[in-house]
Amino acid sequence: MTYFIILIIGLGIYAFAQLANVVQLSSSLKGAPEEEVTDKDNRFNARMMMGMLIFILGFFVWQIKEYSHTILPESASEHGVEIDTLWDFNMWIVILVFVVVNMVLFFFASKYYFKKGNRATFFAHSTKLELIWTIIPAIFLSVIIIYGLKVWTDITGPVESKNGVIIELYAKQFDWTARYAGKDNKLGATNYKLITDENPLALDKNDPASSDDILTKGEFHLPVGKEAYFSFRSRDVIHSAYMPHFRAQMNCVPGMETQFHFKPTITTAEMRKKLNNEKFDYVLLCNKICGASHFNMQMSIIVETEAEYKAWLAKQKEFASKDTPAAPAAPADTTKPKMALK
Amino acid sequence: MSTSHATVHHDHHDGHHAHQEDHHHEPGFWRKYVFSTDHKMISKQFLITAVFMGIVAMMLSIFFRLQLAWPGKSFPFLEYFLGKWAPGGVLDPNMYLALVTIHGTIMVFFVLTGGLSGTFSNLLIPLQIGARDMASGFLNMLSFWFFLVSSLLMFYSLFLETGPASAGWTIYPPLSALEEAIPGSGIGMTMWLVSMALFVVGSLLGSLNYIVTVVNLRTKGMTMTRLPLTIWAFLVTAILGVLSFPVLFSAVLLLIFDRSFGTSFYLSDIYISGQALEQTGGSPILFQHLFWFLGHPEVYIVLLPALGITSEVIATMSRKPIFGYRAMIGSILAIGFLSFIVWGHHMFITGMNPFLGSVFVFTTLLIAIPSAVKAFNYITTLWKGNAVFSPAMLFAVGLVSTFVTGGVTGIILADSALDINVHDTYFVVAHFHIVMGASAIFGMFCGVYHWFPRLYGRMMNNKLGYIHFWFTFVGVFGVFFPMHFVGLAGAPRRYYAYDAFPMFDSLKDINVVITSFAIMSALAQGIFLFNFFYSMFRGKKASQNPWRSNTLEWSAPVEHLHGNWPGALPEVHRWPYDYSKPDKEEDFVPQTVPLAAGEEAH
Repeated sequence: MTYFIILIIGLGIYAFAQLANVVQLSSSLKGAPEEEVTDKDNRFNARMMMGMLIFILGFFVWQIKEYSHTILPESASEHGVEIDTLWDFNMWIVILVFVVVNMVLFFFASKYYFKKGNRATFFAHSTKLELIWTIIPAIFLSVIIIYGLKVWTDITGPVESKNGVIIELYAKQFDWTARYAGKDNKLGATNYKLITDENPLALDKNDPASSDDILTKGEFHLPVGKEAYFSFRSRDVIHSAYMPHFRAQMNCVPGMETQFHFKPTITTAEMRKKLNNEKFDYVLLCNKICGASHFNMQMSIIVETEAEYKAWLAKQKEFASKDTPAAPAAPADTTKPKMALK
Repeated sequence: MSTSHATVHHDHHDGHHAHQEDHHHEPGFWRKYVFSTDHKMISKQFLITAVFMGIVAMMLSIFFRLQLAWPGKSFPFLEYFLGKWAPGGVLDPNMYLALVTIHGTIMVFFVLTGGLSGTFSNLLIPLQIGARDMASGFLNMLSFWFFLVSSLLMFYSLFLETGPASAGWTIYPPLSALEEAIPGSGIGMTMWLVSMALFVVGSLLGSLNYIVTVVNLRTKGMTMTRLPLTIWAFLVTAILGVLSFPVLFSAVLLLIFDRSFGTSFYLSDIYISGQALEQTGGSPILFQHLFWFLGHPEVYIVLLPALGITSEVIATMSRKPIFGYRAMIGSILAIGFLSFIVWGHHMFITGMNPFLGSVFVFTTLLIAIPSAVKAFNYITTLWKGNAVFSPAMLFAVGLVSTFVTGGVTGIILADSALDINVHDTYFVVAHFHIVMGASAIFGMFCGVYHWFPRLYGRMMNNKLGYIHFWFTFVGVFGVFFPMHFVGLAGAPRRYYAYDAFPMFDSLKDINVVITSFAIMSALAQGIFLFNFFYSMFRGKKASQNPWRSNTLEWSAPVEHLHGNWPGALPEVHRWPYDYSKPDKEEDFVPQTVPLAAGEEAH
């Protein structure tokens, strides 16, 4: 096999050498030694420039047609709708610039190719033109900046009172745990030195707020139409909590707590109906390289009515409840990254 | 020639004794090809090293693209190359991350920083400003040797027992700091850090030399506003390097401390392998700030030389002055300045204060203005030109297209609100590969084809160059454009496989399309490699000024001389872009030609 490959490569190189010789010989026979690029080549490449423009634009349209169904469905959160509107606004400008500039570029390249006897126009400078294409992009960009920053501050601006679900997502190699604040609506204090198999999230038992916290794995639930206030922690390396259907993402950084909040607007059941897919689930993925099983670190998100949510939550065990450990015990010992292949 | 070498090459020395009296001495083999202090030879050394590293990095990308298109399928040749890292021909997930990491590292630093700046700053700065050599030939030589050693270390790290660094090319701690988190963060990461530290030393020596040379060694008449745009780009690139690489060095140094000496600059409250680490009080975010303080100017360290090279080539080959010469300089300076105050746009969702994010949105989007000016100026230069389509010219036009196509999606990513949902997805991968990867590599190919006659005294084959360009150009769009859609589906980057999520099942076709185009473009690079090495020895002999160009390097003899010009240095009387000037017989007027009576300077 190896020898065969070497032989093929060798033959390939030999063929190229012969080809190059022939090409060189034929071009020297044709004369015009003072010209490095022949008229024929210029004409050919000028036509190819037009071909390339058709390729770029054609490929673009084809992809929109073929791949649009892969794009994420409509946003399932309130601020996500705002993001999507901003996205569309920016995208129209982007597509317009992409199409027009490429058209002009390749059109000029294919039109103004070298012809004997022609002479290029000596046009070195025009303050007017340069001002135009400094000012016009500047105006567009000001609009983009102002609009973008408005949406950004709407989403990430300071939170005055947390009136809704308070929930923490805890990341470690390679899974997630969700922690609900419980009856007192307050997350208990933590200290990373307290981690044990029974206490995987390092809750401080001396803090009364921690006793009613609820830990879940595999999936977590959110009530529709109610703001969910997330905080994020990580046990080992940086992870990123990415919930694409809600247009939400925040890094989980060891040694600090990060935050994000959003209001789900479409329940899982409604989204399944919209997408005509009974198996659809919202997911939480890890979106920051975190080790070998980075590609398989997930949790399902179930959005449901408030009544369903309350019923589900009531069935979950509180952290301090005596009978069983609060959460399925996570093995704290992760000496080797586990291969969660399929 | 130094005395120590003189004794080694005694025979050679004697043979040329008579010759040596009145001529410049011909150095021996070692001094000429290996420990050379001649900028032209050093330039070629950089280029060959970069070509080698480029082949390596490209092969790595094909390895992981195969896994992405056909996850879990067995490719016996993967086992042939990777051994235990691809048991049964299926790539190991740890090795997948290692390949991604080393591909990025090599491409960004070794090919597009060391290779691009190293080759063309070295070749063109002395030749285009009319200097005998760099300000310090010795530092220049050292610069290459640091680069070579760091390249070899990085390459060698691929063969380590526990695998090379695999925390991504941005090596964010704690992943890069803890061996327990990923095997590549053991000796592999140590090797990466040592290699990069040496790389920074080499890069600094080079950059300082470029700056001093441009500032001090310009020939008579070569004012700053008569410099070709290549030199402006190299100068600003070198300044960016001098200001930002030391910050990477300090980031790397602190990481070495955290890894080896128990400090906690970047580590805090970590529990791993069944035990709580002592380190507390550090911040992983600090590393990101330091890294991107280099990392973002680095993007322009990669891009500016490519923009400089293509400005020169588009003007020369269109037989037209570059449009808006001063605006082009201004935009280089503006981009260079802004590149230092935008690094936070890589960190919108790290937990950085959202208000700080707003500031970075503003500064980042400002970069679009000088970039737009550049694009429009390129296009106006083509307008009513008389374009000669050498392979270099094709790559220059290709660069304008990729620069715009990849640049516009930057407007999306710089908008922090939009970044929330596409951060770290394939949308980002598409964006930076087109705007930075493809544009910079196009600039590099453009430079190689255009200045090959200056490098090797021979011409590269045009026909093969055309085939190379068209396949590469189609390949770039074929590979990277569909990645936008992968990103819009919410697919994160650096995933070994996507089959754990039903929502990504629809991406199977796209990934096969991408990989097929990638294989095609990789094969097309074979055409280039053949053309490059074949032409080096068998190419048509170059004439004095094959592209009928104005700049000084074409007035130096084709055969390389130490000192570049025999006799006096050329004098400069005009700017470099007097192409197709009215009332002139030829469509170009070299910079050495004095202004005619009553002729207006630009």
